[in-house]
Amino acid sequence: MIKVENLTKYYGDLCALDNINFEVKKGEILGLLGPNGAGKTTTYRILTGYLNPTSGNIQVKDYNIYENQIEIKRLIGYLPESAPIYHDMLVFDYLNYVADIKHVEKKKKISHIQELAELCSLNEVMHMTIAELSKGYRQRVGIAHALMGDPEILIFDEPTSGLDPNQIAETREIIKRIGKKKTIVFSTHILSEAEATCDRMIILNEGKIVADNRLEDLRESLNIESFEDIFRKITKGNCK
Amino acid sequence: MKNINNIFKKEFKSYFFTPIAYIVISIFLLIVGWLFFSTFFLNRQANLSRFFSILPVTLAFIIPAVTMRLFSEEINIGSYEILLTMPVTFRDIIVGKFLAALAFVGVMLAPTVIYAVTVSFMGKLDWGPVIGGYIETLLLGASYCAIGILASSMTRNQVIAFITAMSICVFFTLLIDFLIFFLPNAFVGFFQYMSASFHFQNIAKGVVDSRDILYFLSVSFISLYGTNLIMQEKK
Repeated sequence: MIKVENLTKYYGDLCALDNINFEVKKGEILGLLGPNGAGKTTTYRILTGYLNPTSGNIQVKDYNIYENQIEIKRLIGYLPESAPIYHDMLVFDYLNYVADIKHVEKKKKISHIQELAELCSLNEVMHMTIAELSKGYRQRVGIAHALMGDPEILIFDEPTSGLDPNQIAETREIIKRIGKKKTIVFSTHILSEAEATCDRMIILNEGKIVADNRLEDLRESLNIESFEDIFRKITKGNCK
Repeated sequence: MKNINNIFKKEFKSYFFTPIAYIVISIFLLIVGWLFFSTFFLNRQANLSRFFSILPVTLAFIIPAVTMRLFSEEINIGSYEILLTMPVTFRDIIVGKFLAALAFVGVMLAPTVIYAVTVSFMGKLDWGPVIGGYIETLLLGASYCAIGILASSMTRNQVIAFITAMSICVFFTLLIDFLIFFLPNAFVGFFQYMSASFHFQNIAKGVVDSRDILYFLSVSFISLYGTNLIMQEKK
Protein backbone atom coordinates (compact mmCIF):
# COMPACT_ATOMS: atom_id res chain seq x y z
CA MET A 1 0.00 0.00 0.00
CA ILE A 2 2.71 2.46 1.01
CA LYS A 3 6.30 1.97 -0.07
CA VAL A 4 9.01 4.30 1.22
CA GLU A 5 12.25 4.10 -0.76
CA ASN A 6 15.59 5.64 0.25
CA LEU A 7 13.86 8.63 1.78
CA THR A 8 16.22 11.39 2.88
CA LYS A 9 15.38 14.83 4.18
CA TYR A 10 17.74 17.62 5.15
CA TYR A 11 16.67 20.84 6.89
CA GLY A 12 19.65 22.96 5.90
CA ASP A 13 22.56 20.97 7.31
CA LEU A 14 20.46 18.99 9.73
CA CYS A 15 19.72 15.49 8.61
CA ALA A 16 16.16 14.65 9.67
CA LEU A 17 15.75 11.42 7.70
CA ASP A 18 18.67 9.34 6.57
CA ASN A 19 17.90 6.96 3.74
CA ILE A 20 14.94 5.12 5.25
CA ASN A 21 13.05 2.26 3.62
CA PHE A 22 9.87 0.55 4.73
CA GLU A 23 6.57 -0.78 3.50
CA VAL A 24 3.06 -0.73 4.91
CA LYS A 25 0.66 -3.43 3.82
CA LYS A 26 -3.03 -3.00 3.25
CA GLY A 27 -5.08 -3.27 6.45
CA GLU A 28 -2.06 -3.08 8.70
CA ILE A 29 -1.80 -0.91 11.82
CA LEU A 30 1.75 0.34 11.91
CA GLY A 31 3.25 2.13 14.90
CA LEU A 32 5.99 4.61 14.05
CA LEU A 33 7.85 5.12 17.30
CA GLY A 34 10.94 6.93 18.43
CA PRO A 35 12.18 9.74 20.65
CA ASN A 36 11.35 13.36 19.83
CA GLY A 37 13.26 14.58 16.80
CA ALA A 38 13.67 11.09 15.38
CA GLY A 39 11.94 12.02 12.12
CA LYS A 40 8.41 10.68 12.60
CA THR A 41 6.61 13.93 11.84
CA THR A 42 8.96 14.63 8.92
CA THR A 43 8.07 11.24 7.43
CA TYR A 44 4.36 12.04 7.75
CA ARG A 45 4.79 15.47 6.27
CA ILE A 46 6.53 14.09 3.21
CA LEU A 47 3.95 11.36 2.86
CA THR A 48 1.07 13.85 3.00
CA GLY A 49 2.66 16.25 0.53
CA TYR A 50 3.40 19.05 2.99
CA LEU A 51 7.17 18.76 2.49
CA ASN A 52 9.30 17.58 -0.41
CA PRO A 53 12.02 15.04 0.35
CA THR A 54 15.64 15.89 -0.40
CA SER A 55 15.87 12.58 -2.20
CA GLY A 56 14.08 9.26 -2.34
CA ASN A 57 10.54 8.38 -3.19
CA ILE A 58 7.25 7.26 -1.67
CA GLN A 59 4.79 5.13 -3.59
CA VAL A 60 1.18 4.98 -2.43
CA LYS A 61 -0.63 2.31 -4.43
CA ASP A 62 0.48 3.14 -7.98
CA TYR A 63 1.03 6.80 -7.32
CA ASN A 64 4.27 8.51 -6.42
CA ILE A 65 4.69 11.74 -4.49
CA TYR A 66 6.33 13.64 -7.33
CA GLU A 67 3.68 13.18 -9.97
CA ASN A 68 0.41 12.32 -8.25
CA GLN A 69 0.38 14.42 -5.12
CA ILE A 70 -3.32 15.26 -5.31
CA GLU A 71 -4.33 11.61 -5.81
CA ILE A 72 -2.23 10.60 -2.81
CA LYS A 73 -3.75 13.35 -0.69
CA ARG A 74 -7.20 11.99 -1.57
CA LEU A 75 -6.19 8.54 -0.31
CA ILE A 76 -4.86 9.79 3.00
CA GLY A 77 -6.61 11.20 6.04
CA TYR A 78 -4.11 13.03 8.21
CA LEU A 79 -4.27 14.18 11.81
CA PRO A 80 -1.27 16.42 12.49
CA GLU A 81 0.19 16.62 15.95
CA SER A 82 -1.91 18.83 18.26
CA ALA A 83 -4.57 19.14 15.53
CA PRO A 84 -4.37 22.87 14.90
CA ILE A 85 -7.55 24.11 13.29
CA TYR A 86 -9.39 27.31 12.48
CA HIS A 87 -10.37 28.82 15.80
CA ASP A 88 -13.19 31.04 14.70
CA MET A 89 -15.18 28.40 12.79
CA LEU A 90 -18.07 26.36 14.16
CA VAL A 91 -17.38 22.65 14.38
CA PHE A 92 -20.18 21.91 11.93
CA ASP A 93 -19.01 24.58 9.48
CA TYR A 94 -15.50 23.22 9.66
CA LEU A 95 -16.55 19.62 8.96
CA ASN A 96 -18.80 20.86 6.18
CA TYR A 97 -15.89 22.75 4.62
CA VAL A 98 -13.61 19.70 4.84
CA ALA A 99 -16.34 17.56 3.25
CA ASP A 100 -16.56 20.02 0.35
CA ILE A 101 -12.80 20.11 -0.16
CA LYS A 102 -12.62 16.32 -0.14
CA HIS A 103 -15.48 16.17 -2.66
CA VAL A 104 -17.93 14.23 -0.51
CA GLU A 105 -21.10 13.86 -2.57
CA LYS A 106 -23.77 16.45 -1.83
CA LYS A 107 -26.45 13.85 -1.13
CA LYS A 108 -24.35 11.89 1.32
CA LYS A 109 -22.65 14.87 2.94
CA ILE A 110 -24.95 15.52 5.87
CA SER A 111 -25.33 11.85 6.75
CA HIS A 112 -21.56 11.39 6.52
CA ILE A 113 -20.95 14.31 8.86
CA GLN A 114 -23.54 12.93 11.29
CA GLU A 115 -21.94 9.52 11.16
CA LEU A 116 -18.51 10.95 11.98
CA ALA A 117 -19.92 13.17 14.72
CA GLU A 118 -21.46 10.06 16.20
CA LEU A 119 -18.23 8.05 15.93
CA CYS A 120 -16.10 10.79 17.48
CA SER A 121 -18.80 11.84 20.02
CA LEU A 122 -18.98 15.39 18.71
CA ASN A 123 -22.76 15.77 18.72
CA GLU A 124 -22.99 18.11 21.70
CA VAL A 125 -20.32 20.53 20.39
CA MET A 126 -21.34 20.86 16.73
CA HIS A 127 -22.63 24.41 17.25
CA MET A 128 -19.61 25.66 19.21
CA THR A 129 -16.59 27.45 17.77
CA ILE A 130 -13.39 25.46 17.76
CA ALA A 131 -11.73 28.03 20.05
CA GLU A 132 -14.21 27.11 22.80
CA LEU A 133 -13.41 23.41 22.74
CA SER A 134 -11.22 21.55 25.22
CA LYS A 135 -8.12 19.85 23.93
CA GLY A 136 -9.82 16.45 23.87
CA TYR A 137 -12.67 17.71 21.72
CA ARG A 138 -10.30 19.49 19.36
CA GLN A 139 -8.43 16.26 18.91
CA ARG A 140 -11.69 14.52 18.06
CA VAL A 141 -12.54 17.20 15.52
CA GLY A 142 -9.11 16.49 14.05
CA ILE A 143 -9.90 12.78 13.89
CA ALA A 144 -13.25 13.50 12.22
CA HIS A 145 -11.35 15.71 9.75
CA ALA A 146 -8.99 12.83 8.96
CA LEU A 147 -11.85 10.35 8.52
CA MET A 148 -13.86 12.65 6.26
CA GLY A 149 -14.46 11.21 2.81
CA ASP A 150 -13.58 7.70 3.95
CA PRO A 151 -9.88 7.64 2.95
CA GLU A 152 -8.15 4.26 2.68
CA ILE A 153 -5.09 5.29 4.66
CA LEU A 154 -5.06 7.12 7.97
CA ILE A 155 -2.08 8.83 9.50
CA PHE A 156 -2.27 9.96 13.11
CA ASP A 157 0.61 11.93 14.58
CA GLU A 158 0.49 11.41 18.36
CA PRO A 159 -3.29 11.28 18.53
CA THR A 160 -3.34 10.80 22.30
CA SER A 161 -0.73 13.33 23.42
CA GLY A 162 -1.99 15.78 26.02
CA LEU A 163 -5.27 13.96 26.60
CA ASP A 164 -6.55 12.71 29.94
CA PRO A 165 -6.75 8.95 30.62
CA ASN A 166 -10.44 8.76 29.69
CA GLN A 167 -9.91 10.56 26.43
CA ILE A 168 -6.88 8.40 25.67
CA ALA A 169 -9.00 5.30 26.12
CA GLU A 170 -11.74 6.75 23.87
CA THR A 171 -9.29 7.76 21.16
CA ARG A 172 -7.68 4.35 21.25
CA GLU A 173 -11.13 2.80 20.97
CA ILE A 174 -11.84 4.89 17.86
CA ILE A 175 -8.54 3.86 16.26
CA LYS A 176 -9.21 0.22 16.95
CA ARG A 177 -12.72 0.43 15.59
CA ILE A 178 -11.73 2.06 12.31
CA GLY A 179 -8.51 0.03 12.08
CA LYS A 180 -10.47 -3.06 11.12
CA LYS A 181 -11.12 -1.67 7.66
CA LYS A 182 -8.25 0.71 7.02
CA THR A 183 -4.52 1.01 6.81
CA ILE A 184 -3.26 3.07 9.73
CA VAL A 185 0.12 4.59 10.51
CA PHE A 186 0.37 6.29 13.86
CA SER A 187 2.90 7.42 16.40
CA THR A 188 2.78 7.68 20.16
CA HIS A 189 5.05 8.04 23.15
CA ILE A 190 2.92 5.71 25.23
CA LEU A 191 4.51 2.36 24.60
CA SER A 192 1.74 0.29 26.13
CA GLU A 193 -0.61 1.94 23.65
CA ALA A 194 1.55 0.91 20.72
CA GLU A 195 1.79 -2.56 22.18
CA ALA A 196 -1.98 -2.82 22.47
CA THR A 197 -2.92 -1.47 19.02
CA CYS A 198 -0.12 -2.08 16.51
CA ASP A 199 0.38 -5.09 14.28
CA ARG A 200 3.95 -4.06 13.62
CA MET A 201 6.24 -1.28 14.71
CA ILE A 202 9.05 0.71 13.28
CA ILE A 203 11.39 2.48 15.67
CA LEU A 204 13.18 5.52 14.34
CA ASN A 205 16.15 7.18 15.96
CA GLU A 206 18.01 10.21 14.61
CA GLY A 207 16.53 9.76 11.18
CA LYS A 208 17.36 6.08 10.84
CA ILE A 209 15.24 2.98 11.23
CA VAL A 210 16.65 1.01 14.15
CA ALA A 211 13.96 -1.64 14.35
CA ASP A 212 11.21 -2.84 12.03
CA ASN A 213 9.47 -5.86 13.41
CA ARG A 214 6.62 -7.33 15.34
CA LEU A 215 7.02 -6.85 19.08
CA GLU A 216 7.27 -10.57 19.84
CA ASP A 217 10.15 -10.92 17.42
CA LEU A 218 11.91 -7.95 18.99
CA ARG A 219 11.49 -9.50 22.41
CA GLU A 220 12.91 -12.76 21.19
CA SER A 221 15.89 -11.33 19.38
CA LEU A 222 16.96 -9.02 22.21
CA ASN A 223 15.85 -11.35 24.97
CA ILE A 224 14.29 -8.50 26.95
CA GLU A 225 10.74 -8.77 28.25
CA SER A 226 9.65 -5.17 28.90
CA PHE A 227 8.91 -3.09 25.84
CA GLU A 228 10.14 0.02 27.59
CA ASP A 229 13.55 -1.50 28.12
CA ILE A 230 13.68 -2.64 24.51
CA PHE A 231 12.83 0.88 23.34
CA ARG A 232 15.48 2.47 25.52
CA LYS A 233 18.14 -0.02 24.59
CA ILE A 234 17.53 0.46 20.89
CA THR A 235 17.28 4.24 20.85
CA LYS A 236 19.88 5.09 23.48
CA GLY A 237 22.46 2.55 22.39
CA ASN A 238 22.53 4.20 19.01
CA CYS A 239 22.85 7.80 19.93
CA LYS A 240 26.01 7.60 22.04
CA MET B 1 -12.00 24.56 -9.99
CA LYS B 2 -14.48 23.30 -7.45
CA ASN B 3 -11.94 23.74 -4.69
CA ILE B 4 -11.25 27.35 -5.64
CA ASN B 5 -14.91 27.94 -4.90
CA ASN B 6 -14.75 26.01 -1.59
CA ILE B 7 -11.75 27.98 -0.38
CA PHE B 8 -13.27 31.23 -1.60
CA LYS B 9 -16.49 30.57 0.35
CA LYS B 10 -14.65 29.65 3.52
CA GLU B 11 -12.32 32.66 3.42
CA PHE B 12 -15.04 35.10 2.50
CA LYS B 13 -17.32 33.91 5.29
CA SER B 14 -14.55 33.95 7.84
CA TYR B 15 -14.05 37.68 7.28
CA PHE B 16 -17.46 38.19 8.80
CA PHE B 17 -16.97 35.77 11.72
CA THR B 18 -14.55 38.20 13.30
CA PRO B 19 -15.02 41.89 14.02
CA ILE B 20 -12.19 42.78 11.62
CA ALA B 21 -14.52 43.05 8.61
CA TYR B 22 -16.86 45.50 10.31
CA ILE B 23 -14.02 47.59 11.69
CA VAL B 24 -12.23 47.82 8.34
CA ILE B 25 -15.42 48.69 6.45
CA SER B 26 -16.41 51.36 8.98
CA ILE B 27 -13.00 52.98 8.97
CA PHE B 28 -12.88 52.94 5.18
CA LEU B 29 -16.32 54.55 4.82
CA LEU B 30 -15.57 57.14 7.50
CA ILE B 31 -12.29 58.24 5.94
CA VAL B 32 -13.51 58.26 2.36
CA GLY B 33 -16.85 59.90 3.21
CA TRP B 34 -15.21 62.63 5.22
CA LEU B 35 -12.44 63.35 2.69
CA PHE B 36 -14.93 63.45 -0.16
CA PHE B 37 -17.81 65.44 1.28
CA SER B 38 -15.74 67.91 3.29
CA THR B 39 -14.73 69.66 0.06
CA PHE B 40 -17.51 68.49 -2.22
CA PHE B 41 -19.75 71.53 -1.84
CA LEU B 42 -16.90 73.99 -2.37
CA ASN B 43 -16.34 72.62 -5.87
CA ARG B 44 -19.93 73.15 -6.95
CA GLN B 45 -19.58 70.29 -9.43
CA ALA B 46 -21.78 67.20 -9.58
CA ASN B 47 -19.12 64.57 -10.22
CA LEU B 48 -17.23 61.92 -8.33
CA SER B 49 -13.74 62.50 -9.69
CA ARG B 50 -12.47 63.68 -6.31
CA PHE B 51 -13.94 60.62 -4.68
CA PHE B 52 -12.04 58.33 -7.03
CA SER B 53 -8.84 60.34 -6.70
CA ILE B 54 -8.64 59.67 -2.95
CA LEU B 55 -9.20 55.93 -3.33
CA PRO B 56 -5.67 54.82 -4.35
CA VAL B 57 -4.05 56.16 -1.18
CA THR B 58 -6.88 55.05 1.11
CA LEU B 59 -6.94 51.55 -0.34
CA ALA B 60 -3.16 51.32 -0.08
CA PHE B 61 -3.66 51.46 3.68
CA ILE B 62 -6.91 49.53 4.00
CA ILE B 63 -6.38 46.53 1.69
CA PRO B 64 -3.21 45.29 3.43
CA ALA B 65 -5.32 45.06 6.59
CA VAL B 66 -7.78 42.89 4.68
CA THR B 67 -5.17 40.55 3.24
CA MET B 68 -2.65 40.36 6.07
CA ARG B 69 -4.22 37.35 7.78
CA LEU B 70 -4.78 35.21 4.70
CA PHE B 71 -1.51 33.28 4.91
CA SER B 72 0.24 34.63 8.02
CA GLU B 73 -2.48 33.45 10.37
CA GLU B 74 -2.53 29.97 8.85
CA ILE B 75 1.25 29.66 9.08
CA ASN B 76 1.19 30.97 12.64
CA ILE B 77 -1.53 28.74 14.12
CA GLY B 78 -0.40 25.74 12.08
CA SER B 79 -3.56 25.24 10.03
CA TYR B 80 -1.30 25.78 7.01
CA GLU B 81 -0.21 22.16 7.41
CA ILE B 82 -3.82 20.97 7.38
CA LEU B 83 -4.62 23.12 4.37
CA LEU B 84 -1.69 21.81 2.37
CA THR B 85 -2.33 18.17 3.21
CA MET B 86 -5.89 18.32 1.94
CA PRO B 87 -6.43 17.47 -1.73
CA VAL B 88 -6.05 21.02 -3.04
CA THR B 89 -3.43 22.55 -5.31
CA PHE B 90 -1.48 25.73 -4.63
CA ARG B 91 -3.47 27.37 -7.40
CA ASP B 92 -6.77 26.56 -5.67
CA ILE B 93 -5.51 28.04 -2.42
CA ILE B 94 -4.02 31.22 -3.87
CA VAL B 95 -6.84 32.01 -6.29
CA GLY B 96 -9.51 31.17 -3.69
CA LYS B 97 -7.98 33.48 -1.12
CA PHE B 98 -7.37 36.20 -3.70
CA LEU B 99 -10.98 36.17 -4.90
CA ALA B 100 -12.23 36.23 -1.30
CA ALA B 101 -10.17 39.35 -0.57
CA LEU B 102 -11.33 40.97 -3.80
CA ALA B 103 -14.97 40.17 -3.04
CA PHE B 104 -14.50 41.72 0.37
CA VAL B 105 -13.19 44.89 -1.27
CA GLY B 106 -16.30 44.84 -3.46
CA VAL B 107 -18.51 44.62 -0.38
CA MET B 108 -16.58 47.48 1.18
CA LEU B 109 -17.06 49.66 -1.90
CA ALA B 110 -20.73 48.84 -2.39
CA PRO B 111 -22.12 51.40 0.11
CA THR B 112 -20.29 54.21 -1.71
CA VAL B 113 -22.72 53.83 -4.62
CA ILE B 114 -24.98 55.91 -2.37
CA TYR B 115 -22.58 58.83 -2.90
CA ALA B 116 -23.14 58.62 -6.64
CA VAL B 117 -26.91 58.47 -6.17
CA THR B 118 -26.82 61.43 -3.78
CA VAL B 119 -24.72 63.45 -6.18
CA SER B 120 -27.03 62.65 -9.09
CA PHE B 121 -29.85 64.40 -7.22
CA MET B 122 -27.78 67.55 -6.88
CA GLY B 123 -26.88 68.02 -10.52
CA LYS B 124 -26.52 66.26 -13.81
CA LEU B 125 -24.16 63.35 -13.05
CA ASP B 126 -22.32 61.75 -15.95
CA TRP B 127 -22.50 58.04 -15.17
CA GLY B 128 -19.77 56.99 -17.64
CA PRO B 129 -16.80 58.07 -15.53
CA VAL B 130 -18.54 56.69 -12.42
CA ILE B 131 -18.87 53.21 -13.89
CA GLY B 132 -15.35 53.45 -15.30
CA GLY B 133 -14.16 54.55 -11.88
CA TYR B 134 -15.64 51.54 -10.15
CA ILE B 135 -14.19 49.13 -12.70
CA GLU B 136 -10.84 50.80 -12.24
CA THR B 137 -11.11 50.68 -8.47
CA LEU B 138 -11.76 46.95 -8.57
CA LEU B 139 -8.74 46.46 -10.84
CA LEU B 140 -6.61 48.55 -8.52
CA GLY B 141 -8.05 46.61 -5.57
CA ALA B 142 -7.12 43.35 -7.30
CA SER B 143 -3.48 44.43 -7.64
CA TYR B 144 -3.35 45.55 -4.01
CA CYS B 145 -4.97 42.30 -2.83
CA ALA B 146 -2.41 40.29 -4.80
CA ILE B 147 0.43 42.33 -3.31
CA GLY B 148 -1.06 41.84 0.16
CA ILE B 149 -1.29 38.09 -0.35
CA LEU B 150 2.32 37.96 -1.49
CA ALA B 151 3.40 39.83 1.65
CA SER B 152 1.23 37.60 3.83
CA SER B 153 2.76 34.42 2.40
CA MET B 154 6.23 35.59 3.35
CA THR B 155 5.79 35.80 7.11
CA ARG B 156 3.95 34.28 10.04
CA ASN B 157 3.59 37.71 11.63
CA GLN B 158 0.49 39.65 10.56
CA VAL B 159 1.93 43.02 11.55
CA ILE B 160 4.94 42.48 9.31
CA ALA B 161 2.66 41.31 6.50
CA PHE B 162 0.57 44.47 6.90
CA ILE B 163 3.50 46.86 6.92
CA THR B 164 5.26 45.17 4.00
CA ALA B 165 2.13 45.18 1.85
CA MET B 166 1.28 48.76 2.82
CA SER B 167 4.77 49.97 1.93
CA ILE B 168 4.65 48.33 -1.49
CA CYS B 169 1.14 49.65 -2.20
CA VAL B 170 1.99 53.17 -1.06
CA PHE B 171 5.15 53.06 -3.14
CA PHE B 172 3.19 52.16 -6.26
CA THR B 173 0.59 54.78 -5.50
CA LEU B 174 2.83 57.72 -4.73
CA LEU B 175 5.60 56.88 -7.16
CA ILE B 176 4.32 59.37 -9.67
CA ASP B 177 3.75 62.19 -7.20
CA PHE B 178 7.08 62.16 -5.43
CA LEU B 179 9.80 60.34 -7.26
CA ILE B 180 9.33 62.04 -10.57
CA PHE B 181 10.77 65.34 -9.35
CA PHE B 182 14.03 63.67 -8.49
CA LEU B 183 14.47 61.59 -11.59
CA PRO B 184 16.24 62.43 -14.85
CA ASN B 185 13.83 62.86 -17.75
CA ALA B 186 14.85 59.60 -19.39
CA PHE B 187 13.38 57.55 -16.54
CA VAL B 188 10.18 59.51 -16.07
CA GLY B 189 8.22 57.61 -18.70
CA PHE B 190 9.24 54.27 -17.26
CA PHE B 191 8.39 55.11 -13.66
CA GLN B 192 5.21 56.78 -14.70
CA TYR B 193 4.20 53.56 -16.37
CA MET B 194 5.08 51.61 -13.21
CA SER B 195 2.93 53.83 -11.04
CA ALA B 196 -0.53 52.60 -10.10
CA SER B 197 -2.09 56.03 -9.72
CA PHE B 198 -1.02 57.04 -13.24
CA HIS B 199 -3.08 54.20 -14.70
CA PHE B 200 -5.84 54.83 -12.25
CA GLN B 201 -6.34 58.43 -13.33
CA ASN B 202 -6.95 57.42 -16.94
CA ILE B 203 -9.97 55.26 -16.37
CA ALA B 204 -11.33 57.54 -13.67
CA LYS B 205 -11.49 60.20 -16.37
CA GLY B 206 -13.73 57.85 -18.33
CA VAL B 207 -11.02 56.61 -20.69
CA VAL B 208 -10.84 52.83 -20.71
CA ASP B 209 -7.46 51.99 -22.18
CA SER B 210 -6.31 48.38 -22.58
CA ARG B 211 -2.81 49.37 -21.39
CA ASP B 212 -4.17 50.36 -17.98
CA ILE B 213 -6.18 47.18 -17.64
CA LEU B 214 -3.15 45.17 -18.71
CA TYR B 215 -1.03 46.96 -16.11
CA PHE B 216 -3.30 46.04 -13.20
CA LEU B 217 -3.75 42.49 -14.41
CA SER B 218 -0.01 42.00 -14.74
CA VAL B 219 0.71 43.38 -11.25
CA SER B 220 -1.89 40.95 -9.86
CA PHE B 221 -0.57 38.02 -11.85
CA ILE B 222 3.08 38.63 -10.97
CA SER B 223 2.26 38.95 -7.26
CA LEU B 224 0.16 35.79 -7.20
CA TYR B 225 2.81 33.93 -9.14
CA GLY B 226 5.37 35.13 -6.59
CA THR B 227 3.14 33.74 -3.84
CA ASN B 228 3.14 30.41 -5.63
CA LEU B 229 6.95 30.43 -5.77
CA ILE B 230 7.15 31.23 -2.05
CA MET B 231 4.82 28.34 -1.25
CA GLN B 232 6.97 26.00 -3.36
CA GLU B 233 10.05 27.25 -1.57
CA LYS B 234 8.57 26.51 1.86
CA LYS B 235 8.21 22.80 1.11
